Amino acid sequence: MLTHLPILQVILPLVAAPSCLFLQKSRLSWAFTLLVSLAAFVVSALLLQQVMSEGSIRYSLGGWDAPWGIEYRIDVLNAWVLFIVTGVSTAVIAAARASVESELGASRQTIFYTLYLLCFSGLLGIVATGDVFNVFVFLEISSLSTYALIAMGRDRRALWSAFQYLVLGTIGATFILIGIGFLYMMTGTLNMLDLAERLPAVESSTAVLAAFAFILVGICLKLALFPLHLWLPNAYSSAPSIVTAFLAATATKVALYLLVRFTVTVFGIDFSLSALPLQSLFILLGLAGVFVGSAVAIYQSNIKRMFAYSSVAQIGYMIVGIGISTVAGLQATLLHLFNHALMKAALFLALAGLVLRAGGCALEDFRGLGRRMPWTMGAIAVAGASLVGMPLTAGFISKWHLIAAAIDSGFWILALLIVAGSLLSAVYVWRLIDAAYLQGPDKSLPEQGRNEAPLGILIPTWGLVLANLYFGVETSLPVTVTQAASAYLLGGAP
Amino acid sequence: MELILDITLLSLLLVTAVYIAWTRDLFAAVMLAGIYGLLSASFFMSMGAVDVAFTEAAVGAGISPLLMLSTLAICGRAQRANPQRAILALISVTVVGLLLISATLEMPAFGSPDAPAHLHVAPRYLTDSMREIGIPNVVTSVLASYRAFDTLGEVVVIFTAGLGVLSLLGLQGETLPRQVQSPMAEPSHLVLRVVGKVLVPPIMLFALYVQFHGEYGPGGGFQAGVIFAVGFILYSLVFGLDAVERIVNRSLVQALAALGVLVYGTVGVLGIVSGRNYLDYSGLAGDSVTGQHLGIIAIELGVGITVAAVMMLVFFVFSAQLVRGRVVQHAS
Repeated sequence: MLTHLPILQVILPLVAAPSCLFLQKSRLSWAFTLLVSLAAFVVSALLLQQVMSEGSIRYSLGGWDAPWGIEYRIDVLNAWVLFIVTGVSTAVIAAARASVESELGASRQTIFYTLYLLCFSGLLGIVATGDVFNVFVFLEISSLSTYALIAMGRDRRALWSAFQYLVLGTIGATFILIGIGFLYMMTGTLNMLDLAERLPAVESSTAVLAAFAFILVGICLKLALFPLHLWLPNAYSSAPSIVTAFLAATATKVALYLLVRFTVTVFGIDFSLSALPLQSLFILLGLAGVFVGSAVAIYQSNIKRMFAYSSVAQIGYMIVGIGISTVAGLQATLLHLFNHALMKAALFLALAGLVLRAGGCALEDFRGLGRRMPWTMGAIAVAGASLVGMPLTAGFISKWHLIAAAIDSGFWILALLIVAGSLLSAVYVWRLIDAAYLQGPDKSLPEQGRNEAPLGILIPTWGLVLANLYFGVETSLPVTVTQAASAYLLGGAP
Repeated sequence: MELILDITLLSLLLVTAVYIAWTRDLFAAVMLAGIYGLLSASFFMSMGAVDVAFTEAAVGAGISPLLMLSTLAICGRAQRANPQRAILALISVTVVGLLLISATLEMPAFGSPDAPAHLHVAPRYLTDSMREIGIPNVVTSVLASYRAFDTLGEVVVIFTAGLGVLSLLGLQGETLPRQVQSPMAEPSHLVLRVVGKVLVPPIMLFALYVQFHGEYGPGGGFQAGVIFAVGFILYSLVFGLDAVERIVNRSLVQALAALGVLVYGTVGVLGIVSGRNYLDYSGLAGDSVTGQHLGIIAIELGVGITVAAVMMLVFFVFSAQLVRGRVVQHAS
């Protein structure tokens, strides 16, 4: 069975999705989804272990060798991303029951979990495959289910946000498809490694350059790279709380993975850096994302929206890391990918608990929250500290690596700007701390007693919060894996 | 001759596309989109891509205008446009268009035997697929065996789309009042009623032919599923939704949509059970060619079931929304 691990990773949730539709009871479909997610997490852990000890794994679907058939190819990079996506998904779904019940009503829950499983398997499929057209197919699965999941949000604005995202996301996907078409036209193959071998012979043609441009813009739309981020704040703030937690921690990460996969593996880092001024483009746009995202976040009164803008900023850091384009820079990006997933999943899950109890997550709802929901607010405070990059939290580790990578390559000003960006994030996180602990409860409202979120939400949230602390001190797992991944991608070590 | 045909088809495509973008009348735009689908199908046909042409005819010219018309029936046919947005759109379309044109400059000539697409993986498909898979339609061999996993993904895409529609429209107010019927169900539309009734059996029969003949000629589960669904949709347009719902209701098509994906997925798992890789059909029967053939028939059946069920599901949900809108109108 171990040889089938790569395909089990994707096929398990993919086949579970239509089966879930037959489960009429909402609790049953929740338990089923949790079980599938947990199984996928176990598979990804086994895969990661196998890849770390034995190197890359290839799996030919249908028994046809690549490039004639489709192959799955798991190396350190995608094993790492699979591990993050399945881990976050398990925590999010464990917390989902109460929140989904209150936000969606009884009749739509089975469909919700089916769509969730589809989205989950779509994301896993994008990451696991070694075939560029297969990427597009699973991108469609994850995108369509994401649009539907966002549209299931509580108020009618969710429909408009989902539609906006649908239009932009479809443009992005079409661009990626056009690019893939050009690549096939110029090389006759769709397999990633085969493309990497055959592209250098034709890399001077305008068709390959156009393919590169289309794929790059398409992925950056999905990634919400500044200035293509406009869909993200609306989508994140109006989606059901659980969907926001899942998407914030996984969807943009998978798009980021695709960016690395295409620029480094398929086109090759040398071509990518010489075809377009990618290095300065990524560093500039990444920094612009950091500053604009953080600055706008400071002025938001809806806290879900505030953290959505913060995501735009955090994506900026990851793009800067790719822009530095050294082993250390890429490693910082991959580390932040993991740490940001941990902190944003914790933050949005805590917000889900708040929405459940307070009915909303405006800044006013935070007044006196330290007393009403101490555990939820505690989780927000610690994960917020991690977001800022305080020492002893996971966020510190990735910022540290990013700054070190910048200084290593001689970008002193960049290092200073990264610190400045962190200060901005301290401002918006401080607003929450201030409201929750320092301002007393609103005197005009009747006195509210203690009203903590249910344990079903608190336990997964605190699991993630503790992970933020654990990986802020004991960093051997993420650092070894990301070190191996970036060294493998940029040549050098195996 | 072929050149004249191509030039004519392409200019017609261009005119249609420009007019679709230009017109404010959404009904006209939808009808033209259907024409656009038919023109592209003809163009694909003249390029020799029969399977693609068939799909485009069934989907682009067949079912998608039908679904868009159902949408218009709910939302009205007038467009509320924003002229400033249009300028912005025009600029970005021009930039993308220029990039596309510049990329085609170094494109290998159409049909050129030296094109990379014809030299690398294609030769094996063309020369060895008969020996390895044993069916004459190479397109089906590629879609259903060499790249079967993509096709599984596509079926799941369709399933996802159906569920998306269901999650948005399908679950508000389960029971519908039954007094409002299709306007064409009135006896005055005698011609429609007769033609509709006569046409449905051949449509169904043709769908089955396309489903089971996909290995030998153009066709397969996707096209067959669409045609099959169109038969039902046509019938319900003429005789009302009630008449169709006596045979298939929404929960049945919902279950069938999931079932088709499960059939496909399970055939893949049988590959693992028979000691090979996922979606490897060679172990399904004594010799590998028979196994391949069996596997392809089974997965095409899954494709057909899901596609037909999702198309019907989307139409049912749209019509239910339409009926609900009319009831609200009557009440007010």
